[in-house]
Amino acid sequence: MSAAAATAPAEPASRRGLQLPRGARIALTIAAIVFGAMLPLFLDGGGGFIDDATIALAYVVMALGLNIIVGFAGLLDLGYVAFFAIGAYTMGYFGSLFHITANNGEGVHLLVSGPAANLPGIHLNFLLIIVLAIVATTAAGMVIGLPTLRLRGDYIAIVTLAFGEIVGRIAINGDEIKGFGTQLTAGRQGITPVDKIDLPFLTTFNSLELRPWYWVAFMLVLIALFVNFRLRDSRLGRAWIALREDEVAAVSMGVPLVKTKLLAYGTGAAFGGVAGAFLGSYLNTVNADQFQFAFSIFVLSMIILGGLGSIWGVVVGAIILSFINNRLIPDVLNDVPAKLGLEFDLTELSFGIFGFLLVIMMVLRPEGLIPERRRQIELQEGIEDLAVDEDHVIEAKVP
Amino acid sequence: MAAASLPASQPAALRAVRRFLSQYGLIGVLLIMPVAFGIHDLRTEGDLSRLANNLVDGLSNGSIWALVAIGYTLVYGIVELINFAHGEVFMLGSFVAAGFFGTIGLTAATGVPGLVVGLLLTLLVTMIVLGVLNVMIERVAYRPLRNAPKLAPLITAVGFSFILQNVGLLWRGGSQQGIEDLIDSQKELINLAGVSITNGDMLAIAVTIPLVLAMTTFISRSRLGKAMRATAQDPDAARLMGINVDTTISATFLIGGMLAGAAGLIYALYQTTIWYFQGFTAGLIAFTAAVMGGIGNIRGAVLGGLIIGGIQQISDNRIGSQWTPAIVFAYLVLIMVFKPSGLLGEQTREAG
Repeated sequence: MSAAAATAPAEPASRRGLQLPRGARIALTIAAIVFGAMLPLFLDGGGGFIDDATIALAYVVMALGLNIIVGFAGLLDLGYVAFFAIGAYTMGYFGSLFHITANNGEGVHLLVSGPAANLPGIHLNFLLIIVLAIVATTAAGMVIGLPTLRLRGDYIAIVTLAFGEIVGRIAINGDEIKGFGTQLTAGRQGITPVDKIDLPFLTTFNSLELRPWYWVAFMLVLIALFVNFRLRDSRLGRAWIALREDEVAAVSMGVPLVKTKLLAYGTGAAFGGVAGAFLGSYLNTVNADQFQFAFSIFVLSMIILGGLGSIWGVVVGAIILSFINNRLIPDVLNDVPAKLGLEFDLTELSFGIFGFLLVIMMVLRPEGLIPERRRQIELQEGIEDLAVDEDHVIEAKVP
Repeated sequence: MAAASLPASQPAALRAVRRFLSQYGLIGVLLIMPVAFGIHDLRTEGDLSRLANNLVDGLSNGSIWALVAIGYTLVYGIVELINFAHGEVFMLGSFVAAGFFGTIGLTAATGVPGLVVGLLLTLLVTMIVLGVLNVMIERVAYRPLRNAPKLAPLITAVGFSFILQNVGLLWRGGSQQGIEDLIDSQKELINLAGVSITNGDMLAIAVTIPLVLAMTTFISRSRLGKAMRATAQDPDAARLMGINVDTTISATFLIGGMLAGAAGLIYALYQTTIWYFQGFTAGLIAFTAAVMGGIGNIRGAVLGGLIIGGIQQISDNRIGSQWTPAIVFAYLVLIMVFKPSGLLGEQTREAG
């Protein structure tokens, strides 16, 4: 036995992730939360920046959900947009004029106040809609998960992609499907207007004062973060990681395959639904054009940029990409091509830019900006092709 | 994996049902649409000519998907990677072809001999350009990640597909573009008992059959083809036998790209409209075809392509083309449920 193996595992510093002492991490977390909560106080309540920030927070919730499926459980999901769509349509169904003939045109109202209380259509309280969205997306996630149970690797990616596309197609063409005096979706026209969030003890939400929206989104992010951390360290979280690392080994150790995988899909999907319902209300429209394949890739880019499986990495990745998409490309960089004498609209190319980012990240830094430690070790072993490594029990995967 | 999750004490009848479903379920699912609409036609119109027309159009469309699907299947067979960018390579094939015959001045007014020579030249150029492009993509995006976890090259593939899509967008703008209808694609050439075969159908079949034959001969006879099959079976053993695995993989991507380029040319001439987004749907349809035939199996890819072409035509004609992608993807999911190994494929590790 070598001396290195007898002493504490001595890793080269470059192979460790960024590991701060526990106290510093807690302090950083609290600082980040306080900063996030106080930020709107220093901003113009109706300005563009707080608008971008609110959308960024909703994207963080979505990215945290996708991180559970892809990052923790290792099931590459290319159809995450389906959950965004289902969440948003839940908001549209139960908080707008869409079902205008409901209850003979008098409308159905449950715990709503303000202008929505007298309108026709179905109007439920936002919290109820969130619960419904969670139920709907969890169920959808499990349905999507079922056919993938026997499959592994890229086959899962394709099946989820197919599901995402099917949901997207139904959203676009759903206005052709009629029944019960209403359509399935409003297609490309979109369901609009959608009810504003209506919560007790908070001022009414409107489109001029965006701070309450921001705080609601911030609360959702905090809840998502809490759930993510608790799940990752739980029995279920460890089961996900075990399945990700080696399915056969995990199953033979007694990890229930079906239950564990379906729970990953269900939980991950629920966050997509919550974010979808919030965005439906915030953007005041549920439009089929929002639910394109490219959006799935957009969310996937966030978690890859930040670091698959790394919770803080995902938060950072989502915020960065969201600002690149909503601020940097349309506002800051958009006149660059014109200055260079080229004639094109940079916003059209945003997904090409994300694609470029994906390739660059994967080739140069596949573990992401803030890597999860376990995955970093794996990736580096894979790339350097180190078959034997005394310090780590985790072996490079057999391809 | 499936075997491990089945309890050993399952009743024999249930096991028999399972075996029956996994063997014939897919075929049954495939027959639903033609049979249902065939019965519908017989009852309303009294003959099957409408269905037969659908299937003929399906064959020509399907031969395009077959060419693209072979690219997926070859690449998957050899590096076990779903080359997401392949649909976009096909799209650029249409763009290069349209650009090239525009440049050399082919128009609908060109006489038949000139047209044939010009189109053959276009086919050659398109195939070479797209083959080389595909090899370059492999060099840049997949080769550095050959030993990384499988997720990594899949993600770069998705990334590249977006990059190529945007190249197409910059090249010809965001809307559908009509191009010169060189071969008078919708003109009826032959009418067989109410089934019309158009110029476009003829072109698709006339280009596809020689290409597929040449390619299968190449793979089964030539030295490089043997190297490709050996590498697909076991890259490490192939390397030990003195096969240059990197060159072999490059050759695979070259062939895949060339076939996608040819498919792009046929598509452009057949549909006479091209746009930057055509590759995304085409890629998914062709991938479905490859999976349906059994991924890694060239004959399977061709068969799958033709079947998917038929399904697509029936759906376009009867249900509405806006629903076609959803129907094709529903088939994809059903294949995954009933028989992930496809019609002609062997059981693979992935599709357990």
